[in-house]
Amino acid sequence: MSRIGVFICHCGENISRTVDVERVAQEIGRLPGVSFSTDYKYMCSDPGQNLLKNAIKEQKLTHVVVAACSPRMHEKTFRKAVEAAGLNPFLCEMANIREHCSWVHENREEATVKAIDIVGMMVERVKKNRVLPTITVPVTKRSLVIGGGIAGIQAALDIADCGHEVILVEREPSIGGHMAQLSETFPTLDCSQCIMTPKMVDVANHPKIKLYTYSEIERVEGYIGNFQVTIKKKARSVDEDKCTGCGVCITKCPQKKIPNKFDCNIGLRSAIYVPFPQAVPNTPVIDRDNCTKFKTGKCGVCQKVCGPGAVDFEQQDTLIVEAVGAIVVATGFDLYTIDEKPKGSPIKGYGEFGHGKIPDVIDGMTFERLASASGPTGGKILRPSDGKEPKQIVFIQCIGSRAREKGISYCSKVCCMYTAKHTMLYHHKVHDGQAYVFFMDARTPGKSYDEFWRRSIEEEEAVYIRGMVSRLYQKGDKVVVMGSDIAVGVQVEIEADMVVLATAIQPQKGADSLAQKLGISYDKYNFYSEAHAKLRPVECATAGIYLAGACQGPKDIPETVSQASAAAAKVMTLFSKDQLEREPIVARVREFGCVGCFACKKVCAYGAVEEKEIRDRQGNLVKTVAFVNPGVCAGCGTCQATCPSKCVELDGYTDEQVIAMIEAL
Amino acid sequence: MHPEKQKHTFEPKIIAFVCTWCTYAGADLAGTSRMQYPSNVRVLKFPCTGRIDPVFILKAFQQGADGVLVSGCHPGDCHYIAGNFHARRRFAVFRKLLEFVGVDLNRLQFSWVSAAEGGKWVEVVTDLTEKVRSMGPMTEFKELALEEQWSGTIDTPELQEAYNAI
Repeated sequence: MSRIGVFICHCGENISRTVDVERVAQEIGRLPGVSFSTDYKYMCSDPGQNLLKNAIKEQKLTHVVVAACSPRMHEKTFRKAVEAAGLNPFLCEMANIREHCSWVHENREEATVKAIDIVGMMVERVKKNRVLPTITVPVTKRSLVIGGGIAGIQAALDIADCGHEVILVEREPSIGGHMAQLSETFPTLDCSQCIMTPKMVDVANHPKIKLYTYSEIERVEGYIGNFQVTIKKKARSVDEDKCTGCGVCITKCPQKKIPNKFDCNIGLRSAIYVPFPQAVPNTPVIDRDNCTKFKTGKCGVCQKVCGPGAVDFEQQDTLIVEAVGAIVVATGFDLYTIDEKPKGSPIKGYGEFGHGKIPDVIDGMTFERLASASGPTGGKILRPSDGKEPKQIVFIQCIGSRAREKGISYCSKVCCMYTAKHTMLYHHKVHDGQAYVFFMDARTPGKSYDEFWRRSIEEEEAVYIRGMVSRLYQKGDKVVVMGSDIAVGVQVEIEADMVVLATAIQPQKGADSLAQKLGISYDKYNFYSEAHAKLRPVECATAGIYLAGACQGPKDIPETVSQASAAAAKVMTLFSKDQLEREPIVARVREFGCVGCFACKKVCAYGAVEEKEIRDRQGNLVKTVAFVNPGVCAGCGTCQATCPSKCVELDGYTDEQVIAMIEAL
Repeated sequence: MHPEKQKHTFEPKIIAFVCTWCTYAGADLAGTSRMQYPSNVRVLKFPCTGRIDPVFILKAFQQGADGVLVSGCHPGDCHYIAGNFHARRRFAVFRKLLEFVGVDLNRLQFSWVSAAEGGKWVEVVTDLTEKVRSMGPMTEFKELALEEQWSGTIDTPELQEAYNAI
């Protein structure tokens, strides 16, 4: 028989003003199973909590109901007090007679009756409460960071500086990401490489960071604190341990006419290459699709000239398994290639802007490479078609972005600012040139951002035309841009030497398949979804996985860095304890009744339901049943409501408890 | 002085099944904002609307509820990724079943109330209470319960036959 203690709080006058607390205590005291019922002015105060603790000991209470404010307010407080008195904390329930009763009703009689109902309901519920042990999960204090752009680098450095090992995986041969491609950054115009490359070197030299470049995530298993990650290290054809990075192979390679992806295909590179001079690691990689040795079997010059004998044509892809406790996803963005309609995507192309057909129509990233001192033109703005300096240049904003009819409705956030920067860079390099910008709105929130944009107009003489471009076509060596100026209401036609399109920011290609490997959710554009848009912006709904940078949505550099540090802080919070404690509100399967239909597995958004084989003593398979991994289960209970044989139970919200509550009414 | 409250002859019993993250918090907000609504509703908290078994709704009607409210996070806002989507599908089917059985669907309401929508909670609860009040008490289940109770006497030929066969 249970001995339930009920404690009714006055909350000063907040409850007792409308609820006759003494009457509630009396009426509840008469319920079967209730052996102690009292009221007190402030239950949450020290004397109130002591009253509770003493009553548990003196009255030998087995269950406790505290009727006071919302459990969202003080459930933890009272469960802690109950635990201190030697009871399991989950044998304590709160009845909400303040937010749901005394504050929302004026009639004292009605409010009192309702309060009695609410408390009575919780008394019936608590009778069915079971002792729940806190679940502890061991934590592997190593983390995985996916993506070696500025977000991944920042997160990796922050975690490693706290003394925890980091595994940084990058798909490309070098870390650095898109930031390494940029020329100068807004709003200060400091050189991107000058602030980026020292961080890249820090990563390479950090004793706690293990770097896998030219590698991809193959498989992710496990759950928070205990992930097993399989990494595919693609064959570089160069032994990283032997290579000294002297670069002789690159200079001697006879195949030198391959467009360099890092330079947006404007510059050329050799078949054995490092993507850019400051690459980390400074180890070349052989592009097997374009290498004469791999295509014809003849050549092998790089191997002959390599002093340390690092070139290895036989190298194979290898799979490496690493155990980690937390994962930071920082896969970044890609630019929308507007000339082609991506296969199977609702996004339509922009054939009318001639990108990919007219050589002097380029995207923003290509302009960055043209303006970069380490770029293919050595920082001179030269048009790709004939290498002449463009005297009239047109920038067009919102290409792809904010165009619902074309498939992308979001704003790419950084284009207004980088186009303003482009007009400045252009004006600094081509003094007699004129820049025109077609724009819908100038969106420049951020510290010193609007001032920067104004400067591009007022000091750097960029002409901003509000309106969109309808058509582009080539006329001789010019590109004619036809658009409208809606502020004045006239048609505008500009004969430009070069056109730069501010194309939309999209998640990296393959973002969706990586999300499926990780078990995290993503939106219709493949941007990863955070657990809560406002209050948990760096965590995934899947515990132990965190987001940083543009993989979650378009972001500029300062925002990306902040988010990366925030993600690192979340990882460090997780690593601050050896054991992870979590609420035992998880589902459990009653195996004897489970028929193995796995309806629960289908509805589980977390992948917490596994298949478990039950065998007899001879080892013969009796049946396969569902098993809920308590480390992964988030405790939503959808499986329980779905189970046709009612064999999954969510601890703390069992059918028994709910039915008891309904029957009490 | 508050205006004289209208006296009603019938006070319906409303049971609300809500999720803890959105609607329960919304109802808390209504409280902290000191909004007023009819005291007929009794709230049962669940982690997620996905946990709410249609059986609970039946049970509530059976226990004498005159109206039932199910409320959770807005679609897409579920704290547990997709629990409310499962709930929505489940209840879309369940409503059809209730309709077939003959329960007036006006007694059962589904709504999305977020943690920020204290006002909406008040509106939903008030509307449902008024609606159910105008419909009068739910008698179907009570009549059934009476029918099911056997007086203990063998008073029909069928019973007599069954008794003899034993």
